[in-house]
Formats: sequence, C-alpha cells, structure tokens
Amino acid sequence: MSLLEVEQLNLRHGLLEAVRDFTLGIAEGETVALVGANGAGKTTLLRAIAGAHRPSAGTISFDGANITRVPAYRRVQMGIALVPEGRRLFPALTVEENLLVAAQRRRPGRWNVEAVIEAFPMLERLRGQRAATLSGGEQQAAAIGRALITNPRLLLLDEVSLGLAPLAVEDVYRSLATVIAEGSTIVLVEQDLTRAAAVADRVVCMLEGRIVLQGAGSELTREQITEAYFGLRRSREAPR
Amino acid sequence: MTWVNDVIQGIMLGGFYGMLACGLALMFGLMRIINLAHGDIAVLGAYLIYVVLEHWNTSPFVAILPVLPVMLLLGYLLQRLLLERSLRSGLLVPLLTTFGLSIVIQNLLQQGFSPDVRSLGAQAGSVATASWQITSQLSIPAIGALTLGVAIVIFGALQLFLSRTHQGRQMRATAQDPDTAELVGINSKAVYARATAIAVAIAAIGGMFLAIRSDFYPYSGPTYLIFAFEAVVIGGLGGSLWATLLGGIVLGVAQTIGGQINPEYPVLAGHIVFLLVLLSPRGGLVNLRRASA
Repeated sequence: MSLLEVEQLNLRHGLLEAVRDFTLGIAEGETVALVGANGAGKTTLLRAIAGAHRPSAGTISFDGANITRVPAYRRVQMGIALVPEGRRLFPALTVEENLLVAAQRRRPGRWNVEAVIEAFPMLERLRGQRAATLSGGEQQAAAIGRALITNPRLLLLDEVSLGLAPLAVEDVYRSLATVIAEGSTIVLVEQDLTRAAAVADRVVCMLEGRIVLQGAGSELTREQITEAYFGLRRSREAPR
Repeated sequence: MTWVNDVIQGIMLGGFYGMLACGLALMFGLMRIINLAHGDIAVLGAYLIYVVLEHWNTSPFVAILPVLPVMLLLGYLLQRLLLERSLRSGLLVPLLTTFGLSIVIQNLLQQGFSPDVRSLGAQAGSVATASWQITSQLSIPAIGALTLGVAIVIFGALQLFLSRTHQGRQMRATAQDPDTAELVGINSKAVYARATAIAVAIAAIGGMFLAIRSDFYPYSGPTYLIFAFEAVVIGGLGGSLWATLLGGIVLGVAQTIGGQINPEYPVLAGHIVFLLVLLSPRGGLVNLRRASA
C-alpha cells in the first residue's frame, strides 16, 4: 500500500488552477523527484501535502487515513515534514532554537538536536547564532535539520539547492544521501535534472498542474524529460 | 532638586504605564492586533478585584489572586471565540471587534456597578499613602516603588518565559512566521490564545494599580488605553519588551515634568513627546521593526 495517496487533487490560487486532477501514489521508502518549469504547481503540491494549502477538490491520504482536512501542525505529528522553498528559518531564533521549536512535537525516532548536528557538522559552531546571520547553505542545512528532527515518515524537500553556491549544494546533497540511504520516503522538487534523476527512484514531470511524464530515474532520458518540461510532447500527445 | 524628584516620580509612573502597555505590546507583536479594549479590560480587572473585596476583607494585593485565573480564562476565550474569527478576515476586522468590545465592557460595567467613581486605595492600607522622605524635596512613595518593582518583575518574567520555555519559543517562532510555525508542528491558534490570556491577566494587574493609585469608573478604560498605546509606540512598535517598559517610563517622565511646568500640562506633555517620537525619522526609541519583519 502507498504511504501517500493523492487523488484527483485540485489546488487553486484564487482563480488560477495551480494543480488539476492530480493523482499520485508514493510507496514507503521511495524517493520521488518532481520536476517542471516555474509555475508547474510543484511547490503548491508540496504545500498541500504538508497542509499549508487547502485543496479545492480531491483527497490526500497518508498511511491509509484521509488527511485532506487535517491542519498542518497535526500532520507534522503524523509524520509529514516540509522543508519549504526559501528555507524559511525563524530569523531571530538561534539555530538551536529553530531545531528545538520543531523538536517539541517530534515523533519518537533517531533524530534529535545532537543527531542533526552530527549529520550537518557545519551547524555545530553556529548553534547559538541567530538564523538570519547564516549563509544560504548553512540555512538550508538548518532547515533540513528542522524538518528531520520531527522524525518524519515522509520528507518533502522544496528546491533545496535554490540560490546556493555549487559547493553548498554538494554539501547539502551529501548529507541528504545518508537520509535517503536510511530508507526514508522523500518527495523532492529539484531544478537540476541530472541531480534529480540521480537521487530519485522515480521522476515525475509536471506541466501546468498535471503529470506529463513519469518513470524510473535511470530509464528516462534527459531528452524525454526536457521535452516534457517545456511541454513539447503535449502538441503530439493528448494530455492525460 | 524638584527636577530630580519629578524624574523619579515619572520613572515610577512609567512603570505603571509599562505594565498597562505590556499586554498591548504582546498582542501586537504576535498577532498584529491592536486591542482597543485593553484599557477596559484593565478596568474590568479592577472591578473584579472590587467584587472580591466586597466579600472578603483583605488587601487588593491578595484579592487579585483569584481574579488572575479568571482573567487568564477570559483572555483565552476572547481569542478563541472572538479575535480568532476576526483575524481570518484581515487585520482591520480585529480592530473593529476590539472597538466594539470596548463599548460592550464599558456598558456592562455601568449596568452592573453603576457609574459611581470608586477606588481601592483605602483597602490597600498604608502602602497607598506611605513614603520614604529622602531629603526635604525628595520623597519616594511606597506605591510608586511597588508599581515599578512589579512592572520590572512582570517584564522580566515575560522575557524569561519567551526566551527560555518551549511555549515562549513557540510564541517567538509564530510571531516571526506563522505559516512556517504550523509546518514545524506549532498550533498557532493555541499559541495566540495563550498569549491573549497572558496579556489580559497582565492588564488586570495594571488595573489593580490603577484602582489603588487613583479612582476608576466604568469609562476609565480609554484614557489608560491611550497612555498604554503611547508607551508602546514610544518604545518602538514591534520592538523588544523592555523597550515597551522604557517607552512607558519616557511617557511617565514627560508627564511629571509637564506637570511641574504647569499643573494643566502633564497629559499634553505626554502627547507631545509621543508625537515627536512618531515624527522622528526612526519612529520609536528602539526600532527593531526590521528584525520582526
């Protein structure tokens, strides 16, 4: 059975339909990469799964339970954690406070403040610093740590490499590799197609709120993804 | 020497204003709600203490003990039943809601207690009248020193609560980014309700000192709301808590010095300082607006 089941989901920003009749199942332990151009609805979809965006139609089920109307803070306790786009640390709180504030309702599991700092060693000397003073890469590490500390069963990562120096991206993905290797279920949005295909079991390509292509990361060619990414296939095939 | 005396009296009066401003600043800093009923809530606290004293011959400082849990509950319900719903419709609606609430409280108090002017000064005993004579022109009233002391304790306790406890951390996180706070497992509505409960209880402590220092009647609230609001603005909107106490002290000193210049001037002097601060380029003594944005 799937850990996450999204069925016929419709998400709107006012009059704009960001995600349309979207259906996707994610199995426990799977790593899924969502790719697609800006405005394809990736971020909105992740926010809806995390509970920060209320769907206009459709259902979201997690571990067999319908969570469509469950508020975001309760979903954290059920085991869904989102690393939001732009990192969104609490700027005036220290790194450690950012972790602690999320740790308060944590599920039992291996992640705690010490484990996060072990996984992201760069945070050790920054523990007592205000989050606003951190570099982009450091903030991203803290944001991922803040999500991990809740011991999620499903980790949602929204553009973790956005705005980071290439070296910082390497750092972040190196740390993520251990999380992925542990068998966590992960949905990540990533603009770097090569990287997305490398870390993910499955790549899902979105265009204008729909899935236009999906397949195993190793099977899809770069050309296929690029075509889907820019909507080139749509002219030849009927949208699903 | 009279000037020194004025400044000292002003600082102690400022402790009183700071106490009234504390809850106002807490609610504004966390939820961006300007609670126009804050002064009336303080007066309501004074009346509740008055009711306790009618049945129990004791001092207001003891009579407030059963009132505080009632005020905590009232604050919690105020947020859950009224302000939470108002907040859904934007920032202007809570302003109207609290404006209406202010009128409702005033009328209910008039209905229940008549428009008579009352004071709890007599029940407070010697504290209300005692003073320490330092020199011939400098005396420190016990009630003033006590007000300032209690204000410092309240601000210190709240600061400790916000910086050291889980719930305090949740409050600061929610104040900075309510959307993300929900995403890390914080129930922001519960956080808001707790904060309003604290703000209302602190207002009641302010109400107690109001009732001991001077007299009160059902319509006393708005005057004190203005002083509390001025203290918050002088301290710097959205700034730190201590800045609010400092704002209260600046207002208190301005009022006593104004009163020294001309007995008709204290309130006017306070307003002038408030306007000068508002007009100054920085707008607030301690401007931390960017930090909270």
